[in-house]
Amino acid sequence: MLSRIAESMFWIGRYVERAEDTARILDVQTQLLLEDTSGSEETTCRNLLAIMGVEFDPDARVDTRLVLEQLAYDANAPASVAAVLAAARESARRARETLSVAMWEALNTTHRSVVSGQFRAAGPASGFRWVRDRAALINGAADATMTRDEGWQFLMLGRCLERADMTSRLVATAAYAGGSGSPWTNTLRACGGYEAFLRTYKGAETERMAAEFLLLDRLFPRSVIFSLNRAEQCLHNLEAGGRAGFQNDALRLIGRTRADLEYRSLSDVVADLPGEMEKLQRTCALATDAVTRRFFAGSEGTNWQGGRV
Amino acid sequence: MDSMFHHYPGGTGPAYDEMFDAGTMRPAYDQFRSTLDTMTMADLASRVEALQASYLDQGVTFDIGGEERAFPLDILPRVIEQDSWSTIERGVQQRVRALEAFLADVYDAGQVFTDGVIPRRVIATSSHFHRAAASVRPPNGVRVHVSGIDLIRDNDGEFRVLEDNVRVPSGVSYVMTNRRAIASALPETFAHHRIRPVAGYPQRLLAALRAAAPAGVADPTVVVLTPGVFNGAYFEHALLARTMGVELVEGRDLECRRGRVMMRTTNGPEPVHVIYRRVDDEFLDPVHFRGDSLLGCPGLIDAARSGQVVLANAVGNGVADDKLVYTYVPDLIRYYLDEEPVLRNVDTWRLGDADAREEVMDRLDELVVKPVDGSGGKGIVIGPAASRPELDELRSKVLAEPRNWIAQPVVQLSTVPTFVDGKLGPRHVDLRPFAVNDGTKVWVLPGGLTRVALPEGELIVNSSRGGGSKDTWVLAGPTVAPVREEVVVHAHQAEPPSSGPAITDLTGPGEQEQQQQQAREKGGTAC
Repeated sequence: MLSRIAESMFWIGRYVERAEDTARILDVQTQLLLEDTSGSEETTCRNLLAIMGVEFDPDARVDTRLVLEQLAYDANAPASVAAVLAAARESARRARETLSVAMWEALNTTHRSVVSGQFRAAGPASGFRWVRDRAALINGAADATMTRDEGWQFLMLGRCLERADMTSRLVATAAYAGGSGSPWTNTLRACGGYEAFLRTYKGAETERMAAEFLLLDRLFPRSVIFSLNRAEQCLHNLEAGGRAGFQNDALRLIGRTRADLEYRSLSDVVADLPGEMEKLQRTCALATDAVTRRFFAGSEGTNWQGGRV
Repeated sequence: MDSMFHHYPGGTGPAYDEMFDAGTMRPAYDQFRSTLDTMTMADLASRVEALQASYLDQGVTFDIGGEERAFPLDILPRVIEQDSWSTIERGVQQRVRALEAFLADVYDAGQVFTDGVIPRRVIATSSHFHRAAASVRPPNGVRVHVSGIDLIRDNDGEFRVLEDNVRVPSGVSYVMTNRRAIASALPETFAHHRIRPVAGYPQRLLAALRAAAPAGVADPTVVVLTPGVFNGAYFEHALLARTMGVELVEGRDLECRRGRVMMRTTNGPEPVHVIYRRVDDEFLDPVHFRGDSLLGCPGLIDAARSGQVVLANAVGNGVADDKLVYTYVPDLIRYYLDEEPVLRNVDTWRLGDADAREEVMDRLDELVVKPVDGSGGKGIVIGPAASRPELDELRSKVLAEPRNWIAQPVVQLSTVPTFVDGKLGPRHVDLRPFAVNDGTKVWVLPGGLTRVALPEGELIVNSSRGGGSKDTWVLAGPTVAPVREEVVVHAHQAEPPSSGPAITDLTGPGEQEQQQQQAREKGGTAC
């Protein structure tokens, strides 16, 4: 498979997942702001922007409207759902001939609804729900129609890395929310895992258990460990291993972080949750660099320096 | 139907109308009557809307100045009957064979110049003549793998050649998508016609490209080379690659090593044997052509010269579709094939000839004047529509470089009813049939792209100038109809799929009834 196409597939996976997860996080946070009047809107919004990696003027007023523009509607803000969906569609256009028709049309129509203003007009709650539905449609179309070749592995690799990264941010928002409201319940709801959590822990509900479930559960598909495991599996599928050790830098990074999370005691991990989550996000970024170097480097191309002959 | 065409003025002016002959419908369109009779204008409008939405959803688009738009497709197809088509087919085949022979000659011994059929200076002064292509012999002798010969229909209804395109003709993807879109927009009419299919094009093209592979390569790797997503025809490049099942590469995906062309894959470089390139000559290889081009790949021309890779279409084909060479093509057909041209040219004056110039210069306001190396409708001046200053400017340009210009009478292109702004009106059309040459046979796609000039009276149909398109139906004649015998096959009665407990509960007698009965006996109501 062409390196350039592989790169597009990887980023389609990431962008679609990012749009979905951003919508999930926003859904919880806007809900929290509505329900809970005791907390300061300003602080919550500032924390949210910080955790999502959006830079903003520290002196400016930060309110829900700004957050929604930055993270949902403004197509020029790089972290917004609108921008991310546009990027997913653009990547798909570049790999058009590799995608199945069903998947391309799912991506293309999604993008069109954003451009035509339908997404903004739907308002926050139903808009975010729509993003989740579209992501499910895109992923479902891919799942039902794409062959499990290299392209699929890159798509899944992108999706899993992004999911690990975004779940860690979701956990961080919950950790920052502190005592106000019931942030962990909402966070679990955002992941669609609240009922699964209740069943697993037989109704007991503590912050520690919720953190454990979101970080370490081996069976819940949005947990950090589950995502890292899948990402590792994709890398294994892409590159047959030798007898000893691992040659692939991305594999090394992900494997080490996963082992670190799994083999440390839970108390140790939750002691500084935001710090741990930042470390995890760094791993995802470094792994992306490593994947780019290893598989996509060829796609950069060379420039001809000579003049006209 | 009558209401629909009530105010339709087609077929009464000088231009040939393909649907109406002075108010009566031509027989080719007979079958439309039954469908359109049952439809109101509002029905038609809603179908037009659905058609456009489906193109946007599928991403059937092209770029104008960076903006992506749905490719404009008119809902009423254009019908070409079998007889007219077989003339077109023979004419296009003949023309492609003559141009192939001409190109082979130009880049080899140049016998045609020695024999005085065409002056050598016509070629030597063409900006599309590339020395880099001289004495390169393609493995199966084909240089024009794909061609698009633009035809128009004059006032008598006769098809004439307007220009040749043997470099990188585009538009064939829309022929295929238009057919699918119209089949679902007008299913009733579609079912009533026996229309020759166009979906086989990618397979024909792939076969021709594989046949062009370098000698000794049994299973060649074919790729489509695109300038990138910002190119206006990117949709077409992607569609062709997808339907042929080959890679779509950009210049940066390719790399030349030791005279061989490789593509960069996740498993390292892999060899490429045939490149269906949709990048213009000038941008193809910075070593030989434009040094600042990032669209091609350095070393490509040398690799092609050494026979390691085949470029389709070949480099330097532009000399054959130069508009000045166009005027010589009927002579070339007689010279190489010893045949009379099946399709006539449009009458043309070469302004490089002093006699012709004398005849024409005073009548610029009655003629169409075209630059010989232009494409996409650029630089064309239509005399009757031009202002005084425009004509003066044109005159000085022509006098400065007469070789660069030709003049033609204002040819009224034929008209076909077209749905614009909520009503049907006559609009001018041309036709671009596509031909694929695999070295043994020139195959002409039965259909081709009909381009429509959407503003009323406008004669330039290029989509870069706001033109639309129509689906083109070539009818299969009754004589070639394969007689199909009615064979009745009775299917073997298969077991139904396993039903599972829920289906059994819902559809069979049993528990459900019992539970309801029990509820009644307890004294509750069933509902």
